[in-house]
Amino acid sequence: MRIYADNAATTKMSKAAVDAMLPYMESVYGNPSSLHSEGQRAAEALFGARSAVAKNLGCEANEITFTSGGSESDNQAILSAAALGAKKGKKHIISTKFEHHAVLHTLKKLEKNGFEVTLLDVHENGVVLPNELAEAIRDDTCLVTVMYANNEIGSVQPIAEIGKICRDKGVIFHTDAVQAAGHLHINVKEENIDMLSLSAHKFHGPKGVGALYCRRGIPLTSVIEGGAQERGKRAGTENIPAIMGMAAALDEAVKNIDGNAEKIIPMRLRLIEGLEKIPHSRLNGDREKRLPGNVNMCFEGIEGESLLLLLDAKGICASSGSACTSGSLDPSHVLLAIGLPHEIAHGSLRLTIDESITSEETDYIIESVREVVEYLRSISPVWHDLTEGKKQYVIQ
Amino acid sequence: MLYSEKVMDHFQHPRNVGIIENADGVGEVGNAKCGDIMKMYLKIDNGVITDCKFNTFGCGSAIATSSMATEMIIGRKVEDALKLSNKAVVEALDGLPAHKIHCSVLAEEAVKAAVKDYYDRNGIEYDASQFPDCENCENCDI
Repeated sequence: MRIYADNAATTKMSKAAVDAMLPYMESVYGNPSSLHSEGQRAAEALFGARSAVAKNLGCEANEITFTSGGSESDNQAILSAAALGAKKGKKHIISTKFEHHAVLHTLKKLEKNGFEVTLLDVHENGVVLPNELAEAIRDDTCLVTVMYANNEIGSVQPIAEIGKICRDKGVIFHTDAVQAAGHLHINVKEENIDMLSLSAHKFHGPKGVGALYCRRGIPLTSVIEGGAQERGKRAGTENIPAIMGMAAALDEAVKNIDGNAEKIIPMRLRLIEGLEKIPHSRLNGDREKRLPGNVNMCFEGIEGESLLLLLDAKGICASSGSACTSGSLDPSHVLLAIGLPHEIAHGSLRLTIDESITSEETDYIIESVREVVEYLRSISPVWHDLTEGKKQYVIQ
Repeated sequence: MLYSEKVMDHFQHPRNVGIIENADGVGEVGNAKCGDIMKMYLKIDNGVITDCKFNTFGCGSAIATSSMATEMIIGRKVEDALKLSNKAVVEALDGLPAHKIHCSVLAEEAVKAAVKDYYDRNGIEYDASQFPDCENCENCDI
């Protein structure tokens, strides 16, 4: 038995997405920039996909730019807002401590070019406080970029409130909605979002394709130079099959948001309840304001990578914020941002489930995690020190 | 795959896991902040390591290198155990990914720390420079 509980990393493609792609590989293979009929058929399909993505976000088709995915969308959004700010002498950007590296590394680059970056605290529950954002906005702030929902701990941010604050103050607001699109109801107009990044493979679409919504009137800067595709804002022949797959996947995901949440949330609660029975464990991220399928736990006295490898051997695919899975020695910046000490952050487990999960699978996960945690604790010198009272438990 | 079959074997079926009560030497290296702690227990008779057990908090390769190191020193003379290098542990495991080499360093250091403890307990003189200390480790900034 294999149970895939790593849907925040990537998802299995839906049949709707695969079916939507195939004709654009097998028969409608024209280049949408070509004038002949084959090209124009592809151009029409592209327009249809753009309209579909726009409809699902509550914006106009010409406000959507197709990209290679979430990282490119984040880069382009931030660099565009920064270029616009620099022209007006505004070189201050506000973000949060636990953004995805596609955002944080782009901001680091801008800092080297004279920008000043304020990273907001995300507090113990992993949620930004709107009043702290309002206080951080200055006359020279050109961009606020806050993720819609966190990729590791699943905490959902008060996006509409942040949007209103930014709109009132005339500051561009970008949100990295890679984990939220297709899982939460998003309406960029109602929530006053100026720019939004999404990635198809997080909602059962294909990998290597994403979109950037940018409100009309905000000029985008090209990150990839070349031809005049995407209204001159993103060169390169459009990946029509992937774009068609993304549009179909988003249509299906958005249509089923409520139905899927009804299936997933009870399973998430069951998982959390079961895993919290393991002594000295804790849930990371807000209990209520969280993505339907996200469970993120820490278990004291063990290390995350060995937990993942043993779960894999039991047929469970999961993820961890452990340093050992990342190639660096520092554990997840997200877990450190919510105030966890290093030794606890190393022992984290992220399970991200989708609508296909069953209660039997949920129970099997709980039982397997319990067994593996018990085993790893039995061979852990840290655990022995804790049980013998030589060290104090961090998680009570 | 991230790890060789041998690493996976030693990780999933670690040899010599446990604690030796009344050990003749005990060494603990690493710290929870950098993500790995190894504790090694030695039983020594007439200058020969007759038993060795370990406890490890850490990733798959930390557990595998601990396990392999215990196998490589049981039955050896104490002086020979001191010659165990992290490279030898890596080779015995058919290699480790580059960012996991520090786990093998910890295994080597755990053995040395346990031997040092044995020397200290028995008043045996030694050259302190052959034993590692936390300050010389470049793997974390603690």
